[in-house]
Amino acid sequence: MQQSNAYIITFSVIMTVVLGLLLSGTSQVLAPIQKKAVELDTKKQILGAVLEGEKISAMSPEEVLEFYEKRISSKVVDINGKEIEKDSDGNPIVAENVDIGKNFKKSPEERQYPVFIFHAEGDEDSVESIILPVYGSGLWDSIWGYLALQTDVTTIEGVTFGHAAETPGLGARITASNVQARYDGKQIFDDSGELVSVRMQKGEGKDYSDDPHKVDGLSGATITANGVNDMLKNYLSHYKEYLKTKKSGSSSEEVASIN
Amino acid sequence: MSTETAQAAEVKKAAEPLLSKRRKKLISDPLVDDNPITIQVLGICSALAVTTQMQPTMVMAISVIFVMVMANLTISLLRNTIPSRVRIIVQLAVIATLVTLVNEVLKAFAFDMYKELSVFIGLIITNCIVMGRLEAFALGNKPYDSVLDGFGSALGYSWIILAVAFFRELLGSGSVFGVPVYDAVSGLFGEDFSLATNGLMVSPVGAFIILGLIIWVQRTKTGYVEH
Repeated sequence: MQQSNAYIITFSVIMTVVLGLLLSGTSQVLAPIQKKAVELDTKKQILGAVLEGEKISAMSPEEVLEFYEKRISSKVVDINGKEIEKDSDGNPIVAENVDIGKNFKKSPEERQYPVFIFHAEGDEDSVESIILPVYGSGLWDSIWGYLALQTDVTTIEGVTFGHAAETPGLGARITASNVQARYDGKQIFDDSGELVSVRMQKGEGKDYSDDPHKVDGLSGATITANGVNDMLKNYLSHYKEYLKTKKSGSSSEEVASIN
Repeated sequence: MSTETAQAAEVKKAAEPLLSKRRKKLISDPLVDDNPITIQVLGICSALAVTTQMQPTMVMAISVIFVMVMANLTISLLRNTIPSRVRIIVQLAVIATLVTLVNEVLKAFAFDMYKELSVFIGLIITNCIVMGRLEAFALGNKPYDSVLDGFGSALGYSWIILAVAFFRELLGSGSVFGVPVYDAVSGLFGEDFSLATNGLMVSPVGAFIILGLIIWVQRTKTGYVEH
């Protein structure tokens, strides 16, 4: 059947309009649900750095949000470790709303660095751990995560990683709890106080339990692992000034208590 | 394609039962005898890419079934109005729309799966099986038959990728659906006993080997020879 050009053009126009309406309609309808899913996911990831994965997945979405409300306080610091409360236009900054990915595109000096404090219920001063967001590049696309430090500001309490498009079963394994558990108890500063970060090694199946700065690698996903290494190293150095203030603060307290 | 069309016209005369022998064949043929992956050797790219673990493979299989059934239905309903000169573009537009819908729905209701699979869901658009069935069947057959055909082909695709994923996850990661089988097995034999996982299986090469073995076994059984 040979149709006229007019028919073909009319058909194409109608098809484009119908499909376009269908897609934009769905996108409009689903947008609020998707936004909630993203927000819940972010808070789950922040909590994931300090809680067991099973514990979080056992919680209903409402319980996650309530727990977050009760136990996490947040602030934003700059590269020098100083707290910033207002952006350049004078609007208050909320750490949860800081888009780490957008900030990643700016130069490190201009970025806003959110800090999430995990504290005892109802007492914002009793810090249990400090949670820092990290962001970088994997093999295909962005990767990000949250790193929780214990109160000595050097031992890792836990990490959680996320990714946009790493290969399922390979690079995407950075989201697996058994991979993230490899970071628990590792140290980011060495004995002399230098920042060394923690590096994932090439190859998988070796035991690095005696080295506080190395973790077992991901077989078949070395580039993603390198991305994770760079991400941790970069962001820890960006947060270094802030961490130093925390560190000196806690050590002077120790001195005070000894006296 | 022409024989299939003629056949469909023939059986139209008498009211055909909902699942007649011919219609059952539409579903069962692509499972083994005319399997899109092992016989037609289509859709290999996604069969290699998603099959490192069972769970994402399962979601991928369900998504492909949905997209194929809906695309076949849509194209079949429109088959007499689609201008033949732009039919490929029309098919592509329909598939792309459906795939985007799947992606949006996953993002809203199964965010964890969306995070894991989003790249590969997008790749359904380029899965040659989908377009192959639209071009070869849906354009020339009635909607209900086309739905069955799409469902059959998608099932044929699904069970193969699930089989490949089963062996790759078991041998490569020592687990099935994320359940650590190797750990459980070695636990039975005491502490010194442990099973090593095969790193080759995690890489795409592993999928080629498994797929090759499946094709070999299948062709030995059915006696199928390529001409």
